[in-house]
Amino acid sequence: MATTSTSVVLPGQVSLPASAGRASFMGAVRSEFTKIRSVRSTYWTLIVLVLVTVGIGALAGFAATRNPQGPGFDATQASLGGLYLSQLIIAVLGVLVISAEYSSGMVRTTLTTFPYRGTIIAAKALVFGAVAFVTGLVTCFISFFVGQAIMSTYNPSTLPGHQHVQVLGGAVRHISASIGDPNVLRAIIGGALFVTVSGLLAFGIGLLLRHTAGAITTVVGLLFVLTILINLLPSSWLNHVDKWMPAVAGTQIWTTVANHGNPPVFAPWTGFLVFAIYAAVAVIAGSILFRTRDA
Amino acid sequence: MIEAKGLTKRYGDTLAVDNLSFSVTPGKITGFLGPNGAGKTTTMRLILGLDRPTSGEVVVDGKPFEHAAQPMRKVGALLDAKALHGGRSAYNHLLCLAQSNNLPKKRVDEVLSLVGLAAVARKRSKGFSLGMGQRLGIAGALLGDPEILMFDEPVNGLDPEGILWIRNLMKALAAEGRTVFVSSHLMSEMENTADHLLVIGRGKMIADCTVDEFITANSQRTVRVRTPQQDQLAKLVASAGGTVRDHGDGALVVSGLDAGQVGDLAYDNAVRLHELAPLHASLEEAFMELTASSVEFHAGVPGADGSAANGLGGAHRAGAQAGTREKVG
Repeated sequence: MATTSTSVVLPGQVSLPASAGRASFMGAVRSEFTKIRSVRSTYWTLIVLVLVTVGIGALAGFAATRNPQGPGFDATQASLGGLYLSQLIIAVLGVLVISAEYSSGMVRTTLTTFPYRGTIIAAKALVFGAVAFVTGLVTCFISFFVGQAIMSTYNPSTLPGHQHVQVLGGAVRHISASIGDPNVLRAIIGGALFVTVSGLLAFGIGLLLRHTAGAITTVVGLLFVLTILINLLPSSWLNHVDKWMPAVAGTQIWTTVANHGNPPVFAPWTGFLVFAIYAAVAVIAGSILFRTRDA
Repeated sequence: MIEAKGLTKRYGDTLAVDNLSFSVTPGKITGFLGPNGAGKTTTMRLILGLDRPTSGEVVVDGKPFEHAAQPMRKVGALLDAKALHGGRSAYNHLLCLAQSNNLPKKRVDEVLSLVGLAAVARKRSKGFSLGMGQRLGIAGALLGDPEILMFDEPVNGLDPEGILWIRNLMKALAAEGRTVFVSSHLMSEMENTADHLLVIGRGKMIADCTVDEFITANSQRTVRVRTPQQDQLAKLVASAGGTVRDHGDGALVVSGLDAGQVGDLAYDNAVRLHELAPLHASLEEAFMELTASSVEFHAGVPGADGSAANGLGGAHRAGAQAGTREKVG
């Protein structure tokens, strides 16, 4: 049976005209979308991202209702607090999108069927970026509404000792924000952009290192460990350095109340731009290496 | 048509491919033969643009493969059947390849049924047997209905039915006028399949000829003779232009003369013969002899290089095969 099938003319002689089968950017985008939707790791990481982010937002909201809050309280930021951890989860997927090609050997098949390396990276970044943004947006909206629903139960008069607590000029009566409040929509969309750029930063590091564990460790080091270590610096230095840390700069985009504390931070969009530059440097450096290195 | 000119690839101190010039032409199967580590896979990677040559160049239909507008229509390659994401189904694996080249979706179903994997198309490929994985790899290579097909050791680890299937497939592809370039470290495999041979060892071209030419040039015929008058026969053979060596078990091995000539010589000079047997060195032995000096890793098997130790003619061969295996492990 197996031998008879090969003695006949191959199918496709008629069905595949000479003009068919051109490599193109849109083809690469469709291909990369098929790749990302056809492996389980994508679904696992994205489901965990939504659950963890919404869960932490809900906990933060609940915690806020247990303490008297002053006028400086940022209810939107509190409900989006899970984004600190979502950064790590999307980073895992961002690394895997490229490192799994290397660990499985798929990259060799990819490049022998589509040898345009720059186009592959652009298509991968676009598809992964879109998946991260949509997931981030859904997550941020759910987190916001769940968090605000919980914070709407805040009632300072029921909290023990509220008369004695002086928080920035006294406790406020309501803390929950609504979607129409100033900066709230920017913070929610900004949260989705923050997830996207975190993922792309990880993608760029994955492209540079080509190794899953090494790349994830590097991302954790860059986003978490570095930020913590910086705090060991004397405050005169810290005030100049802290705001430039990727995680510090990036997280300003999902605040709604201006932060005038110490160490100083960038304004939301400025901070986001700084964060995006880190990611761009990683992706561009990774792409240059991908184009020149033996696969 | 694949053309290489002065193709060279160096990894650190190792010269993997050393100044190779060759062409692979359409309508026939070109066998790419060499011991493990000879540079076959590296050469194929250079053709496909996975690696960049240190010097020299290789072109596919006149230009580097990286510039092919229709890559999958031009070349279908199977370098490593495991070069895929095992968590993806066979169908989705082929679909993502087809999509990048804007090939119609129905080609995926066509090639899946061609290689006999239609029933497991939705199964994740990590559960596939070696043979199924190989068929999936071949399905990928055939997706674009390509002019050129490249297979790196396609029969490695396959059962006889799988080997026969791949052999017939390659013949069918070549008969359709396609270029088929297939590597192997087994001469016996090429003997049955290839029309033309490129033999390399340690990155260098050793032979570029047809299979028939290779057989004629390399399969030296010898004759085993047993006689009580060894010294007399040895002198006669030497004077007739042949050479004699001691086989080790009382027999002589004559080369340079065929069995008929040895028999006539003995009869004419009244030398008794107890045995007269032509020995045909197999193509495999010829290939090993040719590449013996270029095998990169020799196993340290006692007696492997000097049959005197155990007197077995097969010892050298066994040693060479052990050497081959060591590289694989």
